Amino acid sequence: MPAQAVTTAKLPGMKPILKIEDLVVEYRTREFGQRVTVAVNRLSLEVFPGEVFGFLGPNGAGKTTTVNVLLGFVPVTRGAAYIFNVNVRDPIARQRIGYLPELTYYYKFLTAEELLRFYARIFRIPRAEIGPRIDEVLKLVGLDTARKRPIKTYSKGMQQRIGLAQALINEPDLLILDEPTSGLDPIGRMNVREMIQRLKSKGKTVFFSSHELGEVETVCDRVAILHQGELKATGRVSDLVEKYKCNLEQAFLKVIGYEPGHE
Amino acid sequence: MNNALSVASIVIKELYRRKDFYVLFVLTAIITLLMGSLHFFNDDRIVRYLKEICLLLIWISALAIAVGTSARQIPAERENRTIFPLLAKPITRGQLIAGKFLGCWLACGLALIVFYFFFGVISVSREHQWAAASFFQALWLHWWMLGVVVAMTLLGSVVFAAPSSNGTICLLIILSILLLGRHLNKVAVQLAEPMSGVVSAVYFAVPHLELFDVRDLVVHNWDPINWLICVGATLYAAAYAIFFLFATWLVFRRQLVLRWQPGCSPGTRVGRAAALSPIACWAS
Repeated sequence: MPAQAVTTAKLPGMKPILKIEDLVVEYRTREFGQRVTVAVNRLSLEVFPGEVFGFLGPNGAGKTTTVNVLLGFVPVTRGAAYIFNVNVRDPIARQRIGYLPELTYYYKFLTAEELLRFYARIFRIPRAEIGPRIDEVLKLVGLDTARKRPIKTYSKGMQQRIGLAQALINEPDLLILDEPTSGLDPIGRMNVREMIQRLKSKGKTVFFSSHELGEVETVCDRVAILHQGELKATGRVSDLVEKYKCNLEQAFLKVIGYEPGHE
Repeated sequence: MNNALSVASIVIKELYRRKDFYVLFVLTAIITLLMGSLHFFNDDRIVRYLKEICLLLIWISALAIAVGTSARQIPAERENRTIFPLLAKPITRGQLIAGKFLGCWLACGLALIVFYFFFGVISVSREHQWAAASFFQALWLHWWMLGVVVAMTLLGSVVFAAPSSNGTICLLIILSILLLGRHLNKVAVQLAEPMSGVVSAVYFAVPHLELFDVRDLVVHNWDPINWLICVGATLYAAAYAIFFLFATWLVFRRQLVLRWQPGCSPGTRVGRAAALSPIACWAS
């Protein structure tokens, strides 16, 4: 079934910052007798500069697979994905992006400052700028006082914040957040939401994979709904809500064809 | 090169923040000092045995550090999922492999300097003489031998998933080469074909790590070997290390960072997969 386009944020002459064209990701399982599974099927979408784009879907819809393709972790079977017009297979495509994984894991024997310095060097940030940049992001995520402590002593919320800090160290133009509030308490969630709003006000683009619909409704300009690897709908949150004459959660359930009591 | 050096700095930090090195160094030091405090048969030349034992302990410790450190590099990155934020940065897999190798090799070099310094202090304090050139050659060739060991173990770490199995297999291969490598051609002569051909092929294919073992120079205060031979051995080690690193890159560049396995998230399924397994997920 083709995706139901509601509206797009595309302005005349505006070039997408992230473009996915007819993307297919298949995999072969190792078990004997199993053949090909299609994780993402003919997905096409565009994200424009300055947008907060919500990438929605139930568990197993293909969101993380798509994010993994964008980061070059998973090979594409067919189609292509581009970030800043550079194919995602090229590592340089990742120069201007920040990525926060769903579950944050970092080198536990390092301190926050050492970790950020390491990532800053990979981004080739000039030596003189690294110190002020680390100060800035650590203040932003509220880890300034814990900067000299090894990461192994951090709580889960602090580890999520150091994750955000490393995603921001290169002042990215595009942030890819894979379920950033997963496992956080309400205060942690609110902090992440505030941070996304702050980034948006700075003109940054955020590609935000989630199944927390309340969060998406609060922060996203546009959303795409993925189900069983296929794009089911894309457009502005307000248009989606208006079209289905219900809130985002109910609209989402209608789009993926969920009927209560009939799983 | 910048990316490789950044990765290498993290590997070195990891080594000196773990306890492995300190434990091995303290053990070597205690055993050597205990033996050095004893005086056997009023024989002053007994110090040669002490030097031999100390160097053997240094060789064992260095192998344990080299194999232990490099065996866990890639598997631990996968297991702890630190590879995801790292590969999401503008770094290629080749740079990651190069960085891991450089880090492990330099870390081994630092450990060797500490061990050999201790050894130097002990031997000078007992013998009141120091064959500096032989000492340098022993250290230098030992370090290059560890370069081959590290590269070989890194290749193992992208082939075998568990660091423990990789470490054990690599250690067995390395010890076999060190102990049996030089005898393989003699064994081949005594065997019938095709085994003779196979053993000969193995003899010519394996890196002869035993060539780098010049402990006797230091133990007996012999003159250093010809410097050209030393350069040749260095080039030999470099060639093998490059070969193993290239093979590691060939395997790793096509390897999925993530492996799809049954258990978590459904996708559209084709064929029997749909019937057999309702859910699956990406796992490291």
